[in-house]
Formats: sequence, structure tokens, C-alpha cells
Amino acid sequence: MTLTTSSGPFTHKANSVQKVMTTVLLALLPATAFDIYLFGWPALFLFITTIASCVAIEAACVALADQPAKISLSDNSAVLTGWLMASSLPPWSPWWIGLLGAVFAIALAKHAFGGLGQNVFNPAMVGRTVLLVSFPVIMTSWVLPHPLFSASAPSITDAIAITFGGHMPDTVSAASALGYVKTELSRGIPVTQSMTQVAQVPDLMDMAMGYRAGSMGETSAFLILLGGLFLLYKRIISWHIPLAVIATLFLMGTVFNAVDPARFTPGLFHVMSGATFLGAFFIATDYVTSPVSKPGQLIFAVGVGLLAWLIRTFAGYPEGMAFAVLLMNGLTPIIDQYTRPRVFGRSRKGEPLPLSKEKP
Amino acid sequence: MKLFQVRGGIHPDYRKDQTSEKAIVVMPLPAALYIPLQQHIGAPAETLVVEGDLVKKGQMLARSQGAVSAPQHAATSGRIAAITEVPAPHPSGLPQLTIILEPDGKDEWGELPAPIENPFTVDAHAIHNRVAESGIVGMGGAAFPSAIKLTLGTQKKLDTLLLNGAECEPYLTCDDRLMREHAAEIIDGGRIMAHALGVSRIVVGIEDNKPQAIAAMTQAASAFPTIEVVAVPVQYPMGSERHLVQAITGRETPARKLTADLGIVVHNVATARAIYNAVRFGRPLLTRVVTVSGSAVRTPQNVEVRIGTKLSDLIDFCGGFALRPERIINGGPMMGQPLPSLDVPVVKGTSGILALTAEEINDNPTSPCIRCGTCVTICPCGLSPVEMAAFIRKDNLETAAKLGVMDCISCGSCSWVCPSHIPLVHYFNYAKGTLNDQDRERRKNDRVKTLAEAHTIRVEKVAEAKKAALAAKKAAAAVTADSETTPPPAPSVQEEKVNA
Repeated sequence: MTLTTSSGPFTHKANSVQKVMTTVLLALLPATAFDIYLFGWPALFLFITTIASCVAIEAACVALADQPAKISLSDNSAVLTGWLMASSLPPWSPWWIGLLGAVFAIALAKHAFGGLGQNVFNPAMVGRTVLLVSFPVIMTSWVLPHPLFSASAPSITDAIAITFGGHMPDTVSAASALGYVKTELSRGIPVTQSMTQVAQVPDLMDMAMGYRAGSMGETSAFLILLGGLFLLYKRIISWHIPLAVIATLFLMGTVFNAVDPARFTPGLFHVMSGATFLGAFFIATDYVTSPVSKPGQLIFAVGVGLLAWLIRTFAGYPEGMAFAVLLMNGLTPIIDQYTRPRVFGRSRKGEPLPLSKEKP
Repeated sequence: MKLFQVRGGIHPDYRKDQTSEKAIVVMPLPAALYIPLQQHIGAPAETLVVEGDLVKKGQMLARSQGAVSAPQHAATSGRIAAITEVPAPHPSGLPQLTIILEPDGKDEWGELPAPIENPFTVDAHAIHNRVAESGIVGMGGAAFPSAIKLTLGTQKKLDTLLLNGAECEPYLTCDDRLMREHAAEIIDGGRIMAHALGVSRIVVGIEDNKPQAIAAMTQAASAFPTIEVVAVPVQYPMGSERHLVQAITGRETPARKLTADLGIVVHNVATARAIYNAVRFGRPLLTRVVTVSGSAVRTPQNVEVRIGTKLSDLIDFCGGFALRPERIINGGPMMGQPLPSLDVPVVKGTSGILALTAEEINDNPTSPCIRCGTCVTICPCGLSPVEMAAFIRKDNLETAAKLGVMDCISCGSCSWVCPSHIPLVHYFNYAKGTLNDQDRERRKNDRVKTLAEAHTIRVEKVAEAKKAALAAKKAAAAVTADSETTPPPAPSVQEEKVNA
């Protein structure tokens, strides 16, 4: 019998941080597997490099902090960070992009703040954003789909040259749909016209299924939605953040597109392109960096949607999901402070409720 | 009946089926009974017997002393073997003054107070007195003297007696069995209580995972139009009286107020049965039904046990341990308390004795909080456990208090659900204890300060009076031109000591 005295409860839900993280990884698997198939061996190499770098840097940081490495590594949080960051990288990027991203994500964004649970900003998005502003060319070098085992797919030797030798074949690069429309717009070509360029802008069905140029792991809105629904079913996340992010983007897109179709892309295009689904279901829902209460999560998610739309529409970057999430991450503590639930028996201000009138 | 939404809550693994389908068994006389003088909230009882006395079953062994207290009775006939300190059924295991009764095996009743023939026509005071002298306390676990709660009608405008049969704690089925087997007695006890309170409406709240109990109670209540049996949703902690009142009436008890301020008094169903026995037969509270459960127990079951039975005897009666228990819990697994050993007695508030295996407890080492926010979503009190715990870790109890830690009912939902297995309730209990201590200390200091200030004022007054007297004398001396003076009186040493 244990004689140490501690408060109850003496029964616990079968749940752990590891279980949560592993379930999220499982939910990401279909979308990522599809994109690795779509972009071939170089994607797989980059994927493995990024995750391995994250785990190695996590181990190094934990060792530096003199903490037990086994517990911290077994929770799979570093794997998840690596996975999410890899999902946001152009699939044929060189290996050191993954490694450098891992340094920024794990060492700077996570462990400099105190490790798991202490970071203000989403580590994967910090990694991606630092890479994007530092290496804009590499980070926007998209490739059209080259499915594994198809004629156009690079062989393993080619793939090694792409990932580890820095030989990006010029011929295959393509703009993402968001990027293409933005570039065309800057050249004076209205959205209505650029959207019809089938070669560059896939139709919405192809976009939904994921047969398009894009980051490794985010092209298939359908498969990400599937993973997201799995997380909802498992109650790892709730509907609040994903629905509010997607609805806000859709609403902003639709309203402004109705006002000026030549200038603003339609709502559905916003929803289906770029990192919308990955961001809404897997990035913005990160526990550590999003508000804890449901009303707080709604405010946070509407903010993410609005900022992403603003950045996509008016800023220099074609995609704004990562920036939007990071900006709202910074607001999370203050959102938390103003969205605490009302305490039982007290008013919002914390005063005891008055006894109701019929009983003086 | 229309029910109302209650915030948050959890659905733990109930495991009630280990005991719920077995009838209550009566445990035979053990070798000795250990009757602590304090089994209730309030002052300990004062002994009326000495070592060597022969007592009869039902005889009062210790009388209540003070405004909040309850007497203790002999649960069988026998000899007082000793009145000594014995470990209390409390996590600390600290010793407590206890009457040890050696049964003579005859189980002979002593003289009991006469049954109250028609309890619905007598004065409410007669019921209050009978309940008080019968040593009845809240049997849901809190063990607050019931007679005091029955006099609330004289202070507040009441309209409803709510009988709490929710039994939301996992494992526990003692109230469930009691309602199935003794529904009529509970209803009669409830009617007596309603009369004592001066209310006509009785509502019985039962979680709807107890369909047989609901059926039995509905049947027993069918003759009385003012009694309503309500099935409430299974949602821990539905048995918390504030939450049960909210579910049934939709009304939220204000912070620092009682449900009685809303006109509703809540009593446990087992208390109602004890009151039935006291009023109808003059029998004091001598036994209670205890759920003995947990995977470590060989024969989990509900046992009607004499108050004072040692846990080791009770566990032996239930076949001993089949597996090694990781912990012995007094009460349910959510809000119960760990016991340091089996060498403690069953008391009036013991609703369950659980012998849990490590697998059932399913605790893991604490890992960092990942801010999942589940604790905020499920907190039935609308608190933010994640934030309060962070402040308490930094020993910033003031901020934790501002966030409402004193409104926490320690239901344990947050700790149960936490994926990082952070012992949140432990943090909150620590904070509540320390804040209470600080509050006591502050009040004591305030009192000392008030007294010290009064003392200073008095001393100054005395000094001024002396000065004035001296001046008057000098003036008088000047007038008479006579220099002879008497020394001024020394300040009263005695008075200073009294006021120090």
C-alpha cells in the first residue's frame, strides 16, 4: 500500500500527452503519405531529414537543460513539430532547409521558452516563417506533381541529388495557385482571367483532392479534412477553431469577391488553396499556443482567418496562414485573460450573484 | 420534469456493477467496536461512560457538546474496554479519542426513546431534538449534524426538500441499494424531514444509471402528490448539492451562500432512512450501509456495518484481498480520501471503502501542461484550473484566489481528465488550506491590533488624566504656596497585563 498522502482523484482517464500527440500524427498520415507519393523520393528524404533533425535537436536541448531525455522524447511532441513543419515545406527543398527549420522550431521557439507547454509561438510555424523570409526562392519553389513510379518521377539517384546535392531541376518548378494569381494580379491581370489558366490554377476538384503543386503535406484538402474529422471524432480538437478559421476565410473571400471579382479571389478558392485546411485543423489548433477556453478559441480562430485573408490579399506574400497563426499566438495570453468562463455562483466580474428577486 | 443544463462535468468509468446487483448483507458482530468521539463536522462528543461500564445497544456513550456536534451510541451491548487514542479514519492517521466497546454477544437493546407516534402532527422541535439525540449526521460523506440542517426552516424561507440520491461517485452503490431495498422508509423519513423543515415539496434526484432505484422510489412516492422522483443525467459531479439544485431547479446558488438561501435544503437519502428509524422506532444511528469495492477486494458488496467496525474486520468479511491494493480509499475514488491503514473504524460518514489496484487508479508521472484546455471546459464551477495551478506552483496564492480557487469544490474532474496527469486538486487543496490559514492569521492579527490600539488609547488617557491631576495639584500648591506634594499614582500594572 502506498502511504504517501495526496489528494484524489484515485481514478484517471486513460490519456497521456504521448497519446494525444500520436493521435495527431495518425491523423496527418493520409495527407502526408499522399503528398509523398505525389512528389516522390525527394519529398520522403526531406520529410525524414526534418523530423530526425527535430528529434535530435530536442534531445540536445533537453540534455543541455539537464532533464530526463527519455520522457521528453517519448511524448512525440518533437516528431509532431517536425512533421508539421515538413508539411509546410516545398517538397523538393534541400536537406539543410529541414535542419535549419528544426533549429529554429525546436531550439529557439520551443526550448528557449522553457520547453513543452511553455512556448508562446507555434514552433513549426516559427521554423517555416524564418525559412520563408530567409530563403524566399527555395521556399517558393513548388513542383508540379511527379507521382512515385510514374514516368516523370525522379529516380532515387535523382532524388538524392535533389535533396542532398542541391540540384533543383529548373524545368519542373511551378507556382502555387495562390502565388500565381497574386503574381498575375501584380502584372495587371485580373483574378477573373488568371483563375481560368487551367495549367497553373487547377480546378477546385483537383485542389480538393490534392493533385496540385504545393507544400509537402498540405495539398489535399480532402485528406486533411479526413484527418481533422478523425481528431474531432477522437475529441483531440473541437470544432471551434477549424470551423471559425475556414468560415472566416470563406466569408471574407466571398464578400469581397462579390464586390470586385477582378481584384479579389473567391471564398471557395481561399478555402481550397494553400495551407487553409492544414492550418485550420492542425496548426491553429495547437494546444500550447491557442487559447484554453472555447470562446477564446473562437476569437483566436476568427483572427487567424481574417489575418490570413488580409495577408493573402494585400501583403507581399501569397500565403499568410503561418503569419496569421503566429500573430494570433502572440495574442493568446491576453485572449485567455479576457475569456475566462464565469465562475459558478458569481457574476462575470467575480461578485457573488444576487439572490433572485422572488426570494427576498 | 424539465431539467436544466449544468456546466462541464465528466463521465468516468463507473464500475458500479461490481456491487450494484447484490443485496445488502448485514455484517455479524466483530470482536470490538472503535467509536471515535468525533465522526462529524463540529466539536467532538463528550464521554458519558468510563472504562469497565456495561452498556446496552442504543445507549448514548458520548453526548454532543457545543452548537455543532453529535452524540455517539453503542451499536451493540457489551463492556467499555477502554477510552483511548486510536488512529482516525483520516489521511493523516493521527490518533483520536475513541471508545472501545467489547461486545458481549447478546446484542441486547437498552431503553430507547419512545417512538414519535404521529410525527406529522408534533411540533418541529420534537423532530429536531430526536434527530439530534440520535446522533444523525449527513451520510453522503460530509457528516454535518443533520438536526442543524433541519432547523434551517426557522431562519430561512424554505420551499423544497431535495433528497440526494444522485450517487455520482464511481463504484459507490450504497444509496442505490438502499433506495431499491428500503424506498418506503426513505420516503417516510423524507416526509418527516419536510415536516421538520416546514416545507411541503419533496424532490428526489437520482442519476438515471439507477433505473431500479428510480422505479422503487417512484413507486414508494406514488401515494404522495407533493413528492417527485426525478431522473437526472449521469454527469459527474451531479451529486454536488449546488449542481443538483441547478439541474433540478435551474437556479444557481450564489457564491458564499447556501442552497437554503434559495429555499432548498438538500439531504442524502441514507440520512432520510436514519431519521425514519430514529423517529418511528427511537433507534439512534448505529449502523450504515458501506460499499466495499475495488478490484483488490475478493467479494465486493454492500454491507450494513455497525459504526465502529474496524476496516480490517470489514475487509475480512468481504473475503479479504484478491489482489494487492495500491490504495485504500474512504469514500468514492473521485473525492474520497486515502487511508493510511486498515486499523481505523467505519464512521458515520463512510459511504465506501475501496481497495484499488494500480491499474484502476491509472495514474502516471506528471508531464508538462500542454494547455489542452480540457480542464477549463469540464470544470463544473467555471474555473480555469490550468491558470490557477500555474499561479499556485509559483506560490502566488493571491492571484489564484482572485481566479476563484476558493470556489473550487475539489470534485477532481480536472485531475481525472488531465492528459499530463497533473495533480490539480492537490494544488487547489494546498492553496485553500494555506489561504484559510492566512485568513485566520490575518483575523487574529486584526483582533490583536484592535486590542493593542485600544490599550494605547487607554494608557494615553490614564497619562493625560495624571498630567491633568498633577497640573491641578501644582496649581493648587501654587495657590496655597505650599510645596508639599504626593507622588502621582503608578500606572495600574494589573490592567496592563490584562490588556497585553
